Amino acid sequence: MSIVVHDISKRFGNFQALDNVSLTVAGGSLLALLGPSGSGKTTLLRVIAGLESPDAGTVHYEDEDVTHRAARDRNVGFVFQHYALFRHMTVFDNVAFGLRVRRRPRKEIRERVNELLHLVRLEGLEVRRPSQLSGGQRQRVALARALAIRPKVLLLDEPFGALDAKVRQELRAWLRRLHDEIHMTSVFVTHDQEEAFEVADHVVVMNQGRVEQVGTPQQIFDHPANPFVMDFLGNVNALSARVERGRAVLGDWQLDYPEYPHAESRQATLYVRPHELELERAPNGVPSLKAHVLRVNPTGSLAKVYLDIPDHGIAMNAEVSTARCAELELRAGDTVFVSPRRVRVFVPDAQAPEYVI
Amino acid sequence: MSNVNQRVLPGFRFGLSYVLAYLCVLVLIPLAACFLKAMSLTPAQFWAAVWTPRAIAAYKFTVGASFIAAVANIVLGMLLAWVLARYEFPLKRLFDSLVDLPFALPTAVAGLVYSSLYVENGWLGQFLVPLGIQAAYSRLAVVLVLTFIGLPFVVRTVQPVLESVDAEIEEAAHLLGASRLQTFLFVILPTLLPAAITGFALAFARALGEYGSVVFVSGNMPFKTEIAPVLIVSRLEEFAYREATAIAVVLLTLSFLMLVAINLLERWSARHYA
Amino acid sequence: MHKPATNLAAKSATPHRIAQQDPAIVRWGLTLLAVLVLGVLVVIPTVNVFYQALAPGLRVYWDSLVADRDTRHAILLTLTVTPIAVGVNVIFGLVAAWTVARFRFPGRTVLISLIDLPFAVSPVVAGLTLVLIFGLQGYFGEWLREHNWKVIFATPGLILATSFVTLPFVARELIPVMEAIGADEEVAAVSLGARPWHLWWLVTLPNIKWALLYGVILCNARAMGEFGAVYVVSGHIAGKTDTMPLRIEKLFQEYNTPGSFAVASVLTSLALVTLVLKTLLERKTRNDLVAAAAEATAEGNA
Repeated sequence: MSIVVHDISKRFGNFQALDNVSLTVAGGSLLALLGPSGSGKTTLLRVIAGLESPDAGTVHYEDEDVTHRAARDRNVGFVFQHYALFRHMTVFDNVAFGLRVRRRPRKEIRERVNELLHLVRLEGLEVRRPSQLSGGQRQRVALARALAIRPKVLLLDEPFGALDAKVRQELRAWLRRLHDEIHMTSVFVTHDQEEAFEVADHVVVMNQGRVEQVGTPQQIFDHPANPFVMDFLGNVNALSARVERGRAVLGDWQLDYPEYPHAESRQATLYVRPHELELERAPNGVPSLKAHVLRVNPTGSLAKVYLDIPDHGIAMNAEVSTARCAELELRAGDTVFVSPRRVRVFVPDAQAPEYVI
Repeated sequence: MSNVNQRVLPGFRFGLSYVLAYLCVLVLIPLAACFLKAMSLTPAQFWAAVWTPRAIAAYKFTVGASFIAAVANIVLGMLLAWVLARYEFPLKRLFDSLVDLPFALPTAVAGLVYSSLYVENGWLGQFLVPLGIQAAYSRLAVVLVLTFIGLPFVVRTVQPVLESVDAEIEEAAHLLGASRLQTFLFVILPTLLPAAITGFALAFARALGEYGSVVFVSGNMPFKTEIAPVLIVSRLEEFAYREATAIAVVLLTLSFLMLVAINLLERWSARHYA
Repeated sequence: MHKPATNLAAKSATPHRIAQQDPAIVRWGLTLLAVLVLGVLVVIPTVNVFYQALAPGLRVYWDSLVADRDTRHAILLTLTVTPIAVGVNVIFGLVAAWTVARFRFPGRTVLISLIDLPFAVSPVVAGLTLVLIFGLQGYFGEWLREHNWKVIFATPGLILATSFVTLPFVARELIPVMEAIGADEEVAAVSLGARPWHLWWLVTLPNIKWALLYGVILCNARAMGEFGAVYVVSGHIAGKTDTMPLRIEKLFQEYNTPGSFAVASVLTSLALVTLVLKTLLERKTRNDLVAAAAEATAEGNA
């Protein structure tokens, strides 16, 4: 069942939480709402669920306008960040709750609860109380409870935020597998870019109540739409440079940039990913900057190299394979020459950044 | 941290001695005197003193009236706690403070004003008496004033629990399809129950020992509206010290049992929330 | 028995959006009902006290309080007995809180229950026990008569009875606060060489001042209003051993309505002042508790 959100705005007092947000969630897909705190992602999720009513705009489930329908009539499954399990009820009673308030027959309830506990791998824990469960187990109970009523849509609010790193990894993989099994339209909110990219089919990057970019994880990673997205995705070197007469210039890096043919020199930012930097012992005819190695940090199959460019007062991180690092015999204090394999140029007040090289 | 303090911080020996001495002089010795005196009666005499028809009527009435008042306090207390914790209305802060008035007001004043409000020409009695409701110098009067005395107990134990109910719990129930009533009955009420029961026990225990206010409103009619403490005072005024003490011992035992029950209840409800 | 302690309940950040989903009729219905209950049980009686006291006119009111010699004496007696009872219980409260909150020892829980004991005892029984010990036929009766000391039917008895009944009030306010604040500052002070009195005066007392004040106010209100225990111990000899609450009862027995209500109005005014002070201080003590708890968790996480 698809979800279409059109021109949603919502403000709390003086704070504009959502500003004309429009979005389509394809039926059966798993979508991540990604962004920093205050970006509006949780508010958007709650608007979709019906826990908040928008000041303007509409929400459609398939072709039905549900904008003003009460949350309990929308038949959505919602998983809260802190699970919101009923402390005084057993696991069984928690999962059965939605069915009990709908007055389903006892036998049906029992079967459905057992089915769900099997699905979330918590059989045998029916009589435990939430206080006797681990964080990961509680999360799975919350999921089972939400799924019990056979919702058309599954909404999750930072579902793994409150868990340890290891449990988080396991549950991420597990959620993805679950989705592949049941193919329910699902939307989850996260501030963790890695999580969004690993789990979701599509990602919506949000900031300050607006959508910055929509796309598959690959699309967003390869073609970030603007500096915010690039910064948010992290792990990128942002360098000040200038553009003029069809070139982007940073010291000895003179790169073709035909999109800016004007004579007037303008400030610009170059974004280079650490693994897109080439290191050599001597300049090989490619435009390179002379750099000073501050530190080499081997981490598994890659080595992080921390560089300092004294002529321009810039610091940079590069990532090279351990093999290459050994080949170059890189050590702190060495001088190397850095050239970019791939650079994105962003000129303020211009359109989407252009890619060079 | 615990035992390190004894070696580091001063005043333990002195403090403990002082506290024990003070408690002995003011609390333990007087109570011991009570039991000692009671023990100077033979079991037969003791029984004769505490099990007279008048005494039995007094126990029944004391326990009965206190119980009914405590039940009334659960209902009214939960109502007040709910409204204070969840709704906004003008002068709400004022009303919140007024809930504590029964704590602060001398019981004699409560008794005095309650007795005069409900007599035939009193502010409230003028409406109630024609309807046949005698709320002065009657059993109803005692229950009424005991309800007043115990009012803050349930409110103040339930209110903090209500205020800390997570909004998400209610949202979760709502999303799962529960109506407001279902959410209240199945999700909110169970979390309030331990606090309500503790409040009930506190109000009940308080009412059992109450003297000052009841003495004004009940008329102290033996076999009808006489509470156990009044009986004790009657015996005292007849200089029947041993009999008075015997009844006091019965009352004390009842109070101690209540104290134990309350402590157990509080521990149980603390575990319930762990 | 106990008054529920000031509570650290953390209010949800989102104050009851859901409660707004209660239909308006439910909200207003319940609110009106609550106001009605409080009105009938608390507000109307309070207003009535002042009405009945002032209705006969200010002249009568004044005369009842000041011109009547026995009432004057009752007021003075209350103003004598109460500060003494509160005073000894403040000292006890401070010492008990220090002992119980800062140290762990076998029997500590029993001690705490013993401190709570006066809450469980009916005031009449409390008075009775004092009569059993200090009365003419009491265990010390002979000894007291020989030394010509009067305890029962005299002021010392009143003080003892009032002290018994109000014993727990100050301690119960101080103990949670002292436990929440923790011993760290005091241990630091000792390590810097502070002597006990420095320690308590400069470090401990400032931290607990609001809780102490709160306890004093509650203790005071209870002491002034105590009836049952004092009734038994006083022998109610008008003009000699009647405190204000006993005076009210005596005037009531004499059908002197304006008189009894006049005295009642004084006590009621005091109760209202107590409530105001209580509300003001509650916020301060709650802030202390919350701040202390926050510091503790911050240090725990550091």
